[in-house]
Amino acid sequence: MSEVALELASNEGKAVAKPLPADSPLLIQELTVAYGEKPAVFSVDASIQPQSMTAIVGPNGAGKSTLLKAVLGIVPRLSGKVLVFGEPIENVMQRVAYVPQRASVDWDFPTRVIDVVLMGLYRELGLLRLVRRAHRERALACLDRVGMADFADRQIGQLSGGQQQRVFLARALAQNADLYLLDEPFAGVDAATERAIIDVLKALRGEKRTVVCVHHDLATVSDYFSNVLLINIRKIAEGPVATTFTAENLQKTYGGRLATAHIDQLKLPVA
Amino acid sequence: MLNAFLEALLFQAGYNTALVAIGAALLGIAAGGGGSFLFLRKRALVSDAVAHATLPGIGLAFMIMVALGGDGRNLPGLLLGSALSAMLGLIAVEWITRNTRLAEDAAIGAVLSVFFGFGVVLLTIIQTMTRGYQAGLESFLLGSTAGMLYQDAVVIAIGGSLAVAFVLLLRRPMTLVSFDAEFAATSGINVARMDLVMMGLVMAVTVIGLKLVGLILIVAMLIIPPVTARLWSERTEHVVFIAGGLGGLAGYLGAAFSASAPDLPTGPIIVLISFTLFAISLLLAPGRGVLAAFLRHKRFQIRVHRRQGLLALARGEVILEPLTRRVLRRERLIRRDGVATEKGRAAAAKAVRDESRWALARQLYQDETVYSRYDGLTPIETVLTRDEIADIDRRLGPPAPVM
Repeated sequence: MSEVALELASNEGKAVAKPLPADSPLLIQELTVAYGEKPAVFSVDASIQPQSMTAIVGPNGAGKSTLLKAVLGIVPRLSGKVLVFGEPIENVMQRVAYVPQRASVDWDFPTRVIDVVLMGLYRELGLLRLVRRAHRERALACLDRVGMADFADRQIGQLSGGQQQRVFLARALAQNADLYLLDEPFAGVDAATERAIIDVLKALRGEKRTVVCVHHDLATVSDYFSNVLLINIRKIAEGPVATTFTAENLQKTYGGRLATAHIDQLKLPVA
Repeated sequence: MLNAFLEALLFQAGYNTALVAIGAALLGIAAGGGGSFLFLRKRALVSDAVAHATLPGIGLAFMIMVALGGDGRNLPGLLLGSALSAMLGLIAVEWITRNTRLAEDAAIGAVLSVFFGFGVVLLTIIQTMTRGYQAGLESFLLGSTAGMLYQDAVVIAIGGSLAVAFVLLLRRPMTLVSFDAEFAATSGINVARMDLVMMGLVMAVTVIGLKLVGLILIVAMLIIPPVTARLWSERTEHVVFIAGGLGGLAGYLGAAFSASAPDLPTGPIIVLISFTLFAISLLLAPGRGVLAAFLRHKRFQIRVHRRQGLLALARGEVILEPLTRRVLRRERLIRRDGVATEKGRAAAAKAVRDESRWALARQLYQDETVYSRYDGLTPIETVLTRDEIADIDRRLGPPAPVM
């Protein structure tokens, strides 16, 4: 048993309370991120279950996106560790695919839909390898999975918001990863796109992959996800949706900002 | 003058001129290609700070070489000095942006002016120091081909080719970083290092081009060709290649021009040629050009007026709006007195029919596309199949006649 696992086990007070770090697709330990001198994420621990679909949920400014970016090393970590399948994430980035927020790029960039998906193959292509028919066909197959095959030659600026989001998802599919990290994939998309995306994510889970989404729509958490990680700068709770996504935990996460009436509408199990 | 220009253009004005023209073309290709990524990364102005930051390096290198008893005008020595101080300027911009609350534009302004000011002071000191003896460093400000030596041209030609090779080699990661730096970081690209490489490329182009174009205007070679190329293409590789081509063309023509009239500084001539290409493109480029945008808007406006006019006809209203009248009149949908023709009544009836089809379709198909395309202009035939429309028509019953 590795040092980390021993430490975890002893913290829990019972021998095999948690899975070994090597089994967890994503293990976050005491992760702190700060902008200037204000922590955006403070000492968050989380253990993402294998082949789960986990929603990271919390109010605006709770550090959801920051947590994801810090996990990926896009934002520097002030302290803490991130292990993917038991190894530091930096060593196993080829097993991780990331879907950034749609608004984070300039969609007037001179590029076509297929070119964006081919960016997902960068790791394979490297500097010198030419894009061959086989690569192009793989990219097209990924576009087909998100229902965008007919748009391959479109300029990306001509797409609607939902279509842009699907192209980003297709690029991540091209990476053929084991762990998918998505930042608000359902934000501002039409209902057809939302269905297309959730179908793809559920299919990924069926292929024994693990999906983690930053998610803001409380109404769909129970339908879409198996697990939930509630954060508001600190971790509030984590676990299966059925036992963790409770009115009590939501109240702790959102405080007064979430009206009781709103929680009632969600028809949550009572803890 | 024209004769001299043609000779220079056709490589008949002597070996040196031909070499300079080829060198300038290579420099233009490298600047246009490398500048494309800077432009796409939205950091075009950093190159201006880098270019201006070369001046103190030139002055100091000259002084040091003279102090050591050498020739102060030794080009490799001057270029080394300029590269070192450009690097310092670049580091200063990056440091200020990262470690203070100042944004990049402020950092660029500060670094650019301080380095340039210091450089000008050094040049003045050199001038008084070397009374009567022409240091000739002023030519680094605006560039010149006059008095260019064979080895100067060779330095430019080799440097330009290396820069082009670099652009070709790194085009993929540079594209990725320019489009989506966060994603690039997760695909195994060191974004900070790639930014540094991009800047290094800019620095190399600047330093190589110092003698030819001059440090004040080199930024134009890095920015104008990519901006022009963007007007013509929607694909990154094409933008890079077109920018390289335009830059090469401008460099070649500019060098030939300048060589045919020794008093003309090279830099400004190249900039003016680049600008001419840009102005033509801005006007005429399909898609992004001003003319194309104007025509697109006009056509769209006419569609709107035609449709609204037909609906007004169907309601039996008198059309007063002059543009609407013109549009309907041109298609012979109304007579001169504004009364609908046979053809106009048929078109109006079809417009009304389509409106009721849309209304029913929106009830029948609770579908995204039906809702999002209900914009008054989209023909219903492009959204629904023929069978679906036939079904709607059955439900609607026979069309009502238009008065």
